[in-house]
Amino acid sequence: MEVTADLLVNALISGILLAGFYAAVSVGIGIAFGMLDVVNIAHPAFIVLGAYVAYIAHEMLGADPIVTAFVLSPAFFVLGLVIYRIYYYAFERHGQESLRSLAFFFGILFITEVVLILSFGVDYRLVNTSYSSTTWRVGFVDFPLRLVVPFAVSLAMTLGLHFYFTRTFFGRSVLAVAQDPLALQLMGVNPRRVKELAFALSIATAGVAGAFLIVIQPVQPALGRVFIGLVFAITVLGGLGSITGTMVGAAILGIAESFTATFFGPSWSPAVSFGLLLAALAFKPTGLLGR
Amino acid sequence: MTRKHPRLAAGLHSAVQLATGLLLAAGLASAHAADPLKIGFGMSMTGPLAGNGKAALLAMEIWRDDVNAKGGLLGRKVEFVTYDDQTNPSTVPGIYNKLLDIDKVDIIMSGYGTNVIAPAIPIAMQRKMVLMSLFGTDVNAKFKYDGYFQIMPNGADPSLGLVNGFFEIAAAMKPKAQTVALVGADAEYPHAALEGARRSVKNHKMKIVYDKTYPPNTTDCAPIIRAIQATNPDVVFVASYPPDSACIVRAANEVGLKTKQFGGPMIGLGYAALKTQLGPLLNGMTSWELYVPEPTIKFPFIKEFLAKYQPRAATEKLDPLGFYLPPYAYAQMQIVGEAIQKVGSLDQGKIAKYIHANKFSTVVGDVSFAKNGEWAVGRPLYVQYRGIVGNDLEQWKQPGKAVVVWPASLKSGEHRYPYDQNRK
Repeated sequence: MEVTADLLVNALISGILLAGFYAAVSVGIGIAFGMLDVVNIAHPAFIVLGAYVAYIAHEMLGADPIVTAFVLSPAFFVLGLVIYRIYYYAFERHGQESLRSLAFFFGILFITEVVLILSFGVDYRLVNTSYSSTTWRVGFVDFPLRLVVPFAVSLAMTLGLHFYFTRTFFGRSVLAVAQDPLALQLMGVNPRRVKELAFALSIATAGVAGAFLIVIQPVQPALGRVFIGLVFAITVLGGLGSITGTMVGAAILGIAESFTATFFGPSWSPAVSFGLLLAALAFKPTGLLGR
Repeated sequence: MTRKHPRLAAGLHSAVQLATGLLLAAGLASAHAADPLKIGFGMSMTGPLAGNGKAALLAMEIWRDDVNAKGGLLGRKVEFVTYDDQTNPSTVPGIYNKLLDIDKVDIIMSGYGTNVIAPAIPIAMQRKMVLMSLFGTDVNAKFKYDGYFQIMPNGADPSLGLVNGFFEIAAAMKPKAQTVALVGADAEYPHAALEGARRSVKNHKMKIVYDKTYPPNTTDCAPIIRAIQATNPDVVFVASYPPDSACIVRAANEVGLKTKQFGGPMIGLGYAALKTQLGPLLNGMTSWELYVPEPTIKFPFIKEFLAKYQPRAATEKLDPLGFYLPPYAYAQMQIVGEAIQKVGSLDQGKIAKYIHANKFSTVVGDVSFAKNGEWAVGRPLYVQYRGIVGNDLEQWKQPGKAVVVWPASLKSGEHRYPYDQNRK
């Protein structure tokens, strides 16, 4: 296929816009898995839950999904607090957080799916917002607002989290808690409390990512499973414990997917994405920006 | 008396024993006759195709209730034994082995779709069971099992029958379409549809300028549509599953796809969720459908079936239109039920022979089967969506929104092209 400026620039823009969405779905795993060592395999299920909450608000009140997600993010935060407490008292406190906690989060994944199936059925749900069908065209470059709006909000959210984790005392204590909880205790910080709040924050981001999801594509209760591999791949590629790393990982996979689909055939996208992951880990096992 | 007549006593004893035995045997026989007739199958109740799977299950349950209201089959009440296959082919062998070995079902049916039908066929062959299957595309091509039947109306050459109408429409355009882009998901069904499309393109002496597949969980399809647009095809043919059908349709509108004809057998566009959610984005597309409320489509009894199905579907949060899969799910049960009644037993060989030899009158019209278990004569529809305004469901129940443009015998309007000028 002939490589034209039109195809090249549009592939790049599509990849960057997609990366915004990928960053939003992965940043919560970046916090839970990358910073807290909590293998929250149920994270995508909370994303789907966020999508359904946004759907209900849109159906009942006509509310924009992304506005709904931010309004209801405190509720997701509280949900995160509750789940972490159960996890802590059931597993982490006894030093059994590895295999058993994996089963715990798998359980939460299935329960969330079943609750959604019983409540909403198994049909696909999608929200059509006022901007869903609008595409800005600048020269030969397309900017579909269905992807532009989630990208802009995702960028603001992930940058905000980056500054929060790197510039505040609490943020730094989150970065420290996985490395040396004892040292953190000696400084007068309660590691459990820090992990609890950080985990809750990760679930709150899942709620917001869910709103992006239902704007971008139709959602059904089991859709979360599709994203499990992707979110962990982005987190590992970017480097554990780094929000900017998650953003970089998302950008690499998003752009790689878009370029592969445009120039080589979309069926190669997963192979190229995971090939990049393997190559990056071969040269830098801690991930691109990991410590 | 017994002391005086020992032979008589022995005779009486034997007679009593015989009578008891006969009574017991009769009792057992009547108990067996009262046993329910079990029909077992896996169905997608979760996973990406659960929307269709549960709608099909509801249609089959309506048939079961109808049959039981008339006294059941062979004088036995019909019962279903079902398991969720999670739209996952790897669960299928376990489900069917359990149905046959543990649940001891009398009849098996398939789950929904090519991907889950294929792994059920070897088990049906091994156990010599009839397998009536629900919407598989050319699954029996390699197995060649004579106990296999399939209810999707694509004809004896199903992968070609599924797509041929699309390319006949393309060939009828003036000037005739010359170049074709083919794209589909990386899964069993789209691969079979693409295979049929390649053959049909060759038969119509057109040229393929793009032929690629994509992963089914693709989030943004705009790069795919742009790559297709770069080849400037006259026709864009898509074989997709529900989430990627939505992805492709939205990307085509966002990129502003310019082509004469766009569409194909895109699963999902046939049922209410995507029809209402995509709404006007569907305008101008040429899509495969199995039933639309056009004046030329007069399947006997389908309205009676939909009158039963639609209220229950609304209650159970399933496809509220029921145009795509439910009538065919009901029809396949009608065929199996009639065959069992006429044969008068559960002899699988005789049931298969009866289905091969007879024509069945069903809610989707008369059905007879070819040697390979597919419909002897296909009847897929290609429609063009027109005048869709907003996301209202009711408009889809009116004629004129999905105009039949192929086959000629069922046409309710002419195909309008190019696509990009009929998109609005």
